[in-house]
Amino acid sequence: MADQTTSADIRTTRGAPAGEPKPDAAVVRDALGVGVAVGLSGFAFGVTSAGAGLTVAQTCALSLLVFTGASQFALVGALAAGGNPLTAAAGAFFLGVRNTFYGLRLSQLLALPGLVRPFAAQGVIDETAAVALAQPTRRSARIGFTVTAVTLYVLWNLTTLLGALGAEALGDTNAWGLDAAGPAVFLALLAPMLRSTTERTVAGVAVVVMLGLLPVLPGGAPVLVAALAAPLVLFFKGRTERRDNSDSAEGKGAAQ
Amino acid sequence: MSVWIAIIATAVGCYLVKLLGLLVPANALERPLVQKLSALLPVALLAALTAQQTFATGQTLVLDARGAGLAAAALALVLRAPFLVVVGAAVAVTAGVRALGG
Repeated sequence: MADQTTSADIRTTRGAPAGEPKPDAAVVRDALGVGVAVGLSGFAFGVTSAGAGLTVAQTCALSLLVFTGASQFALVGALAAGGNPLTAAAGAFFLGVRNTFYGLRLSQLLALPGLVRPFAAQGVIDETAAVALAQPTRRSARIGFTVTAVTLYVLWNLTTLLGALGAEALGDTNAWGLDAAGPAVFLALLAPMLRSTTERTVAGVAVVVMLGLLPVLPGGAPVLVAALAAPLVLFFKGRTERRDNSDSAEGKGAAQ
Repeated sequence: MSVWIAIIATAVGCYLVKLLGLLVPANALERPLVQKLSALLPVALLAALTAQQTFATGQTLVLDARGAGLAAAALALVLRAPFLVVVGAAVAVTAGVRALGG
């Protein structure tokens, strides 16, 4: 595990990934695939946001300015639940913090000029990072990042507008089951992250804390407390590993 | 008005954390603990949000049609369905259960 992390870090820290060059057309095709599929789901956001009581202008402002799906869904969900606006924003903000770490790796990989960075920043999200980090060369990574970001930005905003307008025409969005779109999006984002026991434990603890505190704490507070599952599980995992290591100091490399 | 405050606060916050990643020196956030925490924080938040938006109405815990919809989404994920199909399954099943009076 530690070795894998190190080699992956070296690969990206060097900036110019060692690999066979990939045809530009193939990179563009990959990027368009991701951009179109995810871009279309802006419709679900538009409908959900309008269903949560936000106006068309507020809904579109979120997709134009925030442009990171999970945070947008979290914000409208928290506002719909009657949360305090700043608590709601805090939950959305913490979900967005992961983009900093994508930015760190992309910054080395893409080696963007300083003037381009403030514009590229808006495109630093799950999908663009996934496409760019999977490319074998810097040229491919730059093409992959740009095509994914532009396709996704344009489509996500168009479909957000259509969804928000559509929701008004639909009337009672709950009758159409559209209130289930938000949690389904979260689950779809969460599922690929549940790779090891640590991730599953964090998710389990967070759910239990969330459901336990929901009737007791107001607005968006339970979500923020549930986020503490991450440092908590890390802390206990670190303690267990240290104890295991001192128990079997000579059994190095035998386990795992 | 308070909705606009939440929108602006989220927009500014989310933009700044995106920009931060591109501007800070590479080794500043490379500590293993920070990396692990940053990977696990979204896991906790997404799990909590999924639970909240499925089982909560205001501050009350409920099991309604959304639970069935989420189960359908989970099944679609296990079957490796594309993103849109997962969301579509949840919406369709929730609407179906409600239409049947669930």
